[in-house]
Amino acid sequence: MTKGKLYRIAGPVVVAKGLKARMYDVVLVGKEQLMGEVIQIDRDTATIQVYEDTAGIKPGEEVVNTGKPLTVTLGPGLLTSIYDGIQRPLPALQAQQGDFISRGATADGIDMKKKWKFTATKTKGDTVSGSSIVGEVEETEGNIHYIMVPPGVKETTIKKLTSGTYTVTDVIGELEDGTELKLAHEWPVRQARPVRRKLNPTVPLVTGQRVFDAFFPVVKGGAAAIPGPFGAGKTVSQQQLAKWSDADIIVYVGCGERGNEMTEVLTEFPHLTDPRSGKPLLNRTVLIANTSNMPVAAREASVYTGVTIAEYYRDMGYDVALMADSTSRWAEAMREISSRLEEMPGEEGYPAYLATRLSEFYERAARAVPLGTDREGSVTIIGAVSPPGGDFSEPVTQNTLRVTKTFWALDSKLAQRRHFPSVNWLTSYSLYQDNLEEWYAENVAKDWRETVERLQRMLQEEEKLMEIVQLVGSDSLPEKQQLTLEATRLVREFVLQQNAFHEIDTYSSLEKTYILMRMILHFYDQAQQAMDKGVRMTQILSMKSKDEIGNAKFEKDYKKLLTEVGERMEKELAALAR
Amino acid sequence: MKEYKTITRIAGPLVFVEKTSPVGYGDLVRLTLPSGETKNGQVLDTSDDAVVVQIFEGTSGIDQETTVTFLGENIKLGVSEDLLGRILSGAGRPIDNGPEVIPERRVDINGAAINPYSRANPEDFYQTGISTIDATNTLVRGQKLPIFSGSGLPHNELALQIARQAKVLGDNAEFTVVFAAMGITNEEAQRFMRDFEETGALERSVVFLNLADDPAVERIITPRMALSAAEYFAYEKDMHVLVILTDMTNYCESLREIGAAREEIPGRRGYPGYMYTDLAMLYERAGLVKGKKGSITQVPILTMVGDDITHPIPDLTGYITEGQIVLSRELHRTGVYPPVDILPSLSRLMNGGIGKGKTRDDHKQVSDQLYAFYAEGRDLRGLVAIVGEEALSEKDQRLLKFAAAFEEQFVRQGKQEDRGIERTLDIGWELLREFPEHELTRISPDLKKKYYKP
Repeated sequence: MTKGKLYRIAGPVVVAKGLKARMYDVVLVGKEQLMGEVIQIDRDTATIQVYEDTAGIKPGEEVVNTGKPLTVTLGPGLLTSIYDGIQRPLPALQAQQGDFISRGATADGIDMKKKWKFTATKTKGDTVSGSSIVGEVEETEGNIHYIMVPPGVKETTIKKLTSGTYTVTDVIGELEDGTELKLAHEWPVRQARPVRRKLNPTVPLVTGQRVFDAFFPVVKGGAAAIPGPFGAGKTVSQQQLAKWSDADIIVYVGCGERGNEMTEVLTEFPHLTDPRSGKPLLNRTVLIANTSNMPVAAREASVYTGVTIAEYYRDMGYDVALMADSTSRWAEAMREISSRLEEMPGEEGYPAYLATRLSEFYERAARAVPLGTDREGSVTIIGAVSPPGGDFSEPVTQNTLRVTKTFWALDSKLAQRRHFPSVNWLTSYSLYQDNLEEWYAENVAKDWRETVERLQRMLQEEEKLMEIVQLVGSDSLPEKQQLTLEATRLVREFVLQQNAFHEIDTYSSLEKTYILMRMILHFYDQAQQAMDKGVRMTQILSMKSKDEIGNAKFEKDYKKLLTEVGERMEKELAALAR
Repeated sequence: MKEYKTITRIAGPLVFVEKTSPVGYGDLVRLTLPSGETKNGQVLDTSDDAVVVQIFEGTSGIDQETTVTFLGENIKLGVSEDLLGRILSGAGRPIDNGPEVIPERRVDINGAAINPYSRANPEDFYQTGISTIDATNTLVRGQKLPIFSGSGLPHNELALQIARQAKVLGDNAEFTVVFAAMGITNEEAQRFMRDFEETGALERSVVFLNLADDPAVERIITPRMALSAAEYFAYEKDMHVLVILTDMTNYCESLREIGAAREEIPGRRGYPGYMYTDLAMLYERAGLVKGKKGSITQVPILTMVGDDITHPIPDLTGYITEGQIVLSRELHRTGVYPPVDILPSLSRLMNGGIGKGKTRDDHKQVSDQLYAFYAEGRDLRGLVAIVGEEALSEKDQRLLKFAAAFEEQFVRQGKQEDRGIERTLDIGWELLREFPEHELTRISPDLKKKYYKP
C-alpha cells in the first residue's frame, strides 16, 4: 500500500501528490478514509474521483492506495439485495448511520455470516477451469445459484470439494493448482466477464407489454433504448419490464433518479408475484439505487456494478435483464467529472469518450455460451435515456442509438393524452423482427408477423389520412377511409394502450395480444364487406360491439368475452346489412 | 483562528487567497473589511497553493487589505421551535426586528441524502381544494410538485392558495409552511407577507427572504437554509411541512453566475454541467422517512424563460420532481383562474394517493377520461379555425363543447374557493354526462353503472 498527500480539493474530484498508483486503483482519501478511484495520472499527481461528499477535507491529509480496482463481491445473497452505486447494501448503511446517508461507511456486498447449504455437483479429480460450475446453493426459493471456480483459473483438477453448510468466506474445496474454492469471489466492475462464444440472439424477451412484444420486440441478449422527455413514462415502462419480462434474473439500476421511485419499487416488488413461477418478484431481483442526491462518482460506477452482477448470473446459464434508469444521468456524471478534470469537452460539454463508454457498456449485452456450462445465458440491457428538452438529436440519445437495435421512442404528446405506454409507433423501431419471425410463428401463431405488419400498415395510413383530416375534417373523407380511421382508433386504444396500474391489463400474454389484434382485423374486414353491401359509416360507428373488444383488456377470461363479442358483432352487422 | 491578509485576486463573487495553512473544502469564511464591515463566504476550491472563496454578500468594498478568517466548519443554521413565526434573511438572520433566535442546535445546511431504503412511500392524498390539482394531478404528502409558470402569471396566488387550503382529510397533525423567496421583488414579498399575516399563517410559518436587490450568491444558500429548517420541524418535531421555494429560476441564474466567475466549462445555455445534481440536492430533500411522523412536501415555483418548457431550468427540474403543474398564458388571457393547463401537467405519485378508501373509486378513470377528451377537444380547436364547426362530426362537436365547458366549470374556480374532492369529481361526471355511455372508453362498466346518469 502506497501513500500520498492531498494537494487540492474541489467538489467530488481531488488531487493527491506523491501517490504511486495505476489507473482505476481504489484509494482511501483523508482521515475518514473515503473511497475513491484514480482517474488521471500526471507525473507525481493523481486525480481521484471520490464516492462520497468531500466537505471539510483539507490539503495535506493522507491518501492510501489499496492497489486494487473497484470490485464487486459475487456470491449467494445478491438476490433481493438493494445496493448503492458501489455495492454497499442500503439496509446495512441504515443500520450503521440511521435514515440519512453520511460518509465513510463500509459494508460488505453480501452477508458474510449467513450460512448456505451447498451441494457439490463435481467431485475430486474432475477437470475444471475458470467459471466452471462445481455445485449449487438455493439462493431464494426456486432460484438455484451455481457456484463457480473464479474466472481466470487455468485448467486443473479438483483436489477437494465437500457439500455442506458454509458462509461465503468458508473454504469449500481446493484445486490442484492451490486455488481455494469459496461460495463467493470478486470481480472488477469495469472489466467484462469472459464467455466461450457469443451467439446470434433468436428468442424474444417477452415483456407482457403489447406494444413491445408485437411491434417493437427486443431479443434476449439484445439492447434497447427508451428515450423520452420527462413525464413520458420512462420509469413506469422500465418498472413494467422489470416486473413482467420473462427473464430469470432482473438487475434494476436506479442511476441518478428519484428517491421516491426506488421506494415505490421497494414497497411494491415484495407483494408482486412472478406470473411464471408464482413466487415474489423480489426473489429474482437485485436493486441498485444511487439516487440523484447521492454522490455523483458513485453514480458513475453504478451501471458497471449492475452489469457485472448481470454477467455473473449469465455465467450460470440464466437469462438476465438489466434496466438502467437513466443512462443520461450516468453520462452527466461522466460530464461532471470530466469538466472538473478540465478535459477538452466534446459535444454539449460531454467528454469526447462518451460514445466509447456507451458502446462498451451496451456491448456487454449478449446471448452467449458461458465458460463453465453448456446452458446458454444472456444479458439484455434496457437503457432509459432522458434527453434534455425531449430532443432526440442530443449526444447521449444519438450515441445510444448507434449501438442498440431496439428503439422505443416515448412521446410527450401521447403521454399528455394519457396514451400509455406512450411509445410512438411511427418513430420507434426494432431490427430484431427478422431474427424473431420463426420463434413467433412456432410459439404463438403462424401468421403473427403478417398480422403485426398489417396493423402497422394501417397505422401508417392513419397518419396520412390524419393530415387530410387536419385540413378538411373527417366527414369529407370517403367512407372506407373513415372506416380505416375507426379501426386504427381501436388498434391504438385496445392494443397499443395498456394500463400498467390495472391488475389484469398490466400483463398481456402473447396469446391475448394476438387474439386482440385478430379481433380488430376481423371487425375491419367484416365492416368493409358490410359497406360493400351498402351499410353506411354512421351505422357502423353506432355499433356497440366494436367498443366492447376493449373490455377484454380488463377481463381474466378474455377468450370467452371475445367469442361473445365476435358473435354480437356479426349479429349487429347482419342486422345493419338487412 | 488564524487571520490572513493574502488576497491575490477578486473576480465577480470570488476571492482568491494564498499562503494559507490547510483549509477544508466547503468551510465557512469570514472577511473583515478595513471599514470594519464583515462579509461571509464559502470555500469552493482548496489546495496547497490557493483557496477560492465565494462571497455571499457580493465583493464590493473588498480590497487586498481585507482580513480573511477560515472558520473551520460548514455553513450552519441554528434551529429551534422559536423559528416559527419569524422572518429571516436569505442567509438566515432575523430581519423582522425581533430578538435573535436562540438555537436548540446548529445543523449543516447541506443536509444529507435520505437513504432510499429508509424512505416511506408517499400515499396520503393532500387536498388542495383546487380541481385541476386534486382530480387530475394529485399532490400527495412527501411529494415535490413544482409549478411551472411564466412571468406575469398568477403563480404566487396559486401557491398561497395551496398553502392556505392544503390538508390531509381526517388528519389534524401539526402543519407548518416554510417559505423561501429567492430574488423576488419587494412588492411580491410584501404581498406574500400580507397574505401570511391576514390568514394567520405566519404564526405557523418560517420565512426566508432573499429579495431581488439582495446579493445573488446568497440565493445559493437560501433554499438550503429553508430545507434545513423544514427537516428540523418534520423529523424532530413531527410536523407536516409544506416548503414553497420561489423563484427557482433566480436560484439557477445565481448558479450560472458563480460558474462563470469560476471559469467553468458551461453546459447547456451557459448553466453549469452539475446543475442537475445541484437541483437534485434540493428537491430530493422532500419525502417521508419510515418511522417518523413528520413529512416534507415541496412546491417549488419557477418561471419559464420565454414560456419555454425545454429551457434547462424547467427541463432539469421536471426530470427530478415528481411531476409538474404547468400554467398557461392562453388560459390566463381568457380570464381563467387558476390557469392550469392539465395537458403538460402531471403528478407521478398520484396513483398511490387516490382511489377507494383514499379519495373515491372512480378517481383514476374519471381523470383519464377527462384528459383524453380534453386533449381531443383542444386539437379540434385548430381544425375548427380552418373548416368551421359545421364540418365537424357530431362527436367532434361534442368534444369541442366539452373542452370549453371543462375550462369554464372544472378549471376555473375562485381564489378563495376550497373545492372538496367529491365535488370536483362530481363536476367531472357532470361534464362527461354529455357523451353517450359507450364513448367513455376509459371508464369500466361497473363504474359507469354507479356514477353515469344521463
